[in-house]
Amino acid sequence: MQRHLTITPSPHVRDRASTKNIMQEVCLALAPAGIASIILFGASALKLICFSVLTCVLTEYLYQLIAGHKSTVGDWSAVVTGLMLAYNLPATAPWWIPVVGGVIAILLVKQLFGGIGSNFMNPALTARAVLFISWGGLVASYPNTLYCGGVDTISSATPLALMAADPSQVSFVDLLLGNVPGILGETCKIALLLGGIYLIIRGIIDWRIPATFIGSVFVLFLLTSGFNFELALKEVFAGGLMLGAFFMATDYATCPLSRLGRVIMGIGCGVFTFMIRAYANYPEGTSFAILFMNVLTPLIDRYTMPKFFGEVKKNA
Amino acid sequence: MFGARLFPGGIHPREGVNGKAENSANPIQELPAVSRVIIPLSQHIGAPATATVKKGDHVLMGQVIGEPAGFVSAPVHASVSGTVVEVGNCKLASGATVPAVTIDNDFKDEWVELHPSEHPENLTAEEAQQIIRNAGIVGMGGATFPTQVKLTPAAGKTIEKLIINGAECEPYLTADHRLMLEHAGEIVDGVRLLMLAFGVKDAVIGVEENKRDAISALSDAASGIEGLRVQGLPVRYPQGGEKQLIYAITKRVVPTGGLPIDVGCVVLNVGTVFACDQAIRMGIPLVRRVTTVGGLVNNPGNFLVRIGTPVKALFEACGGTTPACKQLISGGPMMGISFKDTDCPVTKGTSGILALGKESIYPEETSCIRCARCLDACPMKLAPSRMDSLIRHERYDEAEKAGVMNCIECGACTYVCPAKRLLTQSFRMGKKVINTRKKAAAAKAAAEKAQLAAEKAANEKEKKEA
Repeated sequence: MQRHLTITPSPHVRDRASTKNIMQEVCLALAPAGIASIILFGASALKLICFSVLTCVLTEYLYQLIAGHKSTVGDWSAVVTGLMLAYNLPATAPWWIPVVGGVIAILLVKQLFGGIGSNFMNPALTARAVLFISWGGLVASYPNTLYCGGVDTISSATPLALMAADPSQVSFVDLLLGNVPGILGETCKIALLLGGIYLIIRGIIDWRIPATFIGSVFVLFLLTSGFNFELALKEVFAGGLMLGAFFMATDYATCPLSRLGRVIMGIGCGVFTFMIRAYANYPEGTSFAILFMNVLTPLIDRYTMPKFFGEVKKNA
Repeated sequence: MFGARLFPGGIHPREGVNGKAENSANPIQELPAVSRVIIPLSQHIGAPATATVKKGDHVLMGQVIGEPAGFVSAPVHASVSGTVVEVGNCKLASGATVPAVTIDNDFKDEWVELHPSEHPENLTAEEAQQIIRNAGIVGMGGATFPTQVKLTPAAGKTIEKLIINGAECEPYLTADHRLMLEHAGEIVDGVRLLMLAFGVKDAVIGVEENKRDAISALSDAASGIEGLRVQGLPVRYPQGGEKQLIYAITKRVVPTGGLPIDVGCVVLNVGTVFACDQAIRMGIPLVRRVTTVGGLVNNPGNFLVRIGTPVKALFEACGGTTPACKQLISGGPMMGISFKDTDCPVTKGTSGILALGKESIYPEETSCIRCARCLDACPMKLAPSRMDSLIRHERYDEAEKAGVMNCIECGACTYVCPAKRLLTQSFRMGKKVINTRKKAAAAKAAAEKAQLAAEKAANEKEKKEA
């Protein structure tokens, strides 16, 4: 039996799941929202998605080439970041916006902090925040869809802004289908729900984060509006809440590890989203709420580690 | 599930690919004796046995060839009759070199005079402990802790519940399953005798639900015995972990750093109980065990094999390994040890010998993506990714605080890790470093104390003289 036998430490069987196929599944789950954005906003959506994904992948590849690191482009995580970034842009953004954003997301936020798993803020959201502050006019505009005024026209008011005045102005069907002004990936809620539920069923994201995030936004609006059920429900289906709750707040690197920590993360995101939407200057607060909770994640992790099995009270 | 409770965490190793269902249909066959056996004197946790034979001695089957050296130790018996050709060393599958006795088989199978118990149902606890110790019985699930030590509770502690482990949660392994099917009567009888001897009123045989035939065979055998029941358990690895099994059956939680006896439980593997029954009823010491040979071999099977048989005899009996075989494992695929040298002997703890293919070779490690799958998989509710990071940064004190000493090395975290990180291996190393440091610190403290005492004595002497 003198063949090439190998000695390795146990365990000797492994699950099939790998970083690569987890990321591929996230891409698959993001696909419906991307297709919806192309249908709703036309070719410009496709153009932005392509620029964003290509920039992210290329930035990661080039940085690792120059820095002499092993390339991790094959794990598809840069593709996920590229898609998320594009989904956070309006269809009217020029081509160089996702290019600048992609470099910020991958180089500044992800690679310089140690690459996959080591960044402390969501790369796509951080890039979006930088773009938002630097080129507000280009990034913070909410174009109409092809079926509602045309992409060339910039909406004076997003559904969230309209709703603040009168919730009955916004049609529930339009919210679900995404036929409302907004950024690429956020409008079509059916597509987002489809992808999000897929990820939960596949065990890739923890249901606790989207459930507590969306749940707390709903409850807070319900309580503060004197139990206006319609308003609370529409708040949930408007803006970037779904995109944020299913795809952004659940980013592995920047959400807490423990189950309790994730509940805190979800509720925290919900509370800050509510506060920004209801009381602050910005009409939408999802992305800043998530970024804020990203920064709190190490602290949450520290205080929410599970008790060991066997760590029992004496004389309980 | 008959009220069995789920322990925290756990995984479902891929069923179906491992041939567990197929191999469990293969009856136990006796492996023909080989011409030369190498019997290690250290097949148990604790001090190695001391050889009681020398080169040239004629030994009988079942004769003691090694005496236990201490309380936590076990005697070793000859598994063939024949001539001692060497009292030297051998290599175990783990790679450890241990003292061993090599015996040339005369193929007469002459037994020593066996002393079955004259009153098996009226044994005192001390008598039962003595029989079990003399028979060299150790934990046969693989841990090989001397059984009589488990059955000797510290002062002030009593055995309230006997838990018999028939979970066999490791993929591939089917030896316990076959034993439960073919020897349900003896296993149940063994439990009953232990209950009588130790005055235990309550015993549970826990079997995973994927072995329904074993559950019914044991239930049939156990019907009418007061205080003994068979409980089906959810199929979940590591269901056979001592603390996990106790929780699933009794809902009791063994405190951190504690033993099962702290919650009134003693856990014995079905193979161990079978060996106890053989020892009490017939006086037969532990010289044979059932071992699964599985994976990439031409004809997988379950074998009754003599302790000391080189594993290559098992592979030969199975028609050899297939060309796809890349790795050999002693034990199960989750906790077993990989080895190369097929001359190494079968020991009391060898529950299986497996041939695995290239999928068992480690893929390259990548960065942790913080997916937290390891936290969900950990049956001890630890945070493996965090402990791994601490250990790799040599922050051992923090790793200890994070609970690394509670790790049972079941491998569940490493199994699920999508980044393919060597988590379990990291914890093994970390635990070793922490233990070494503790010992060093204790030795240093003792030395300082001794020095202080000496100085004090010298001072007092000076004072007196002054």
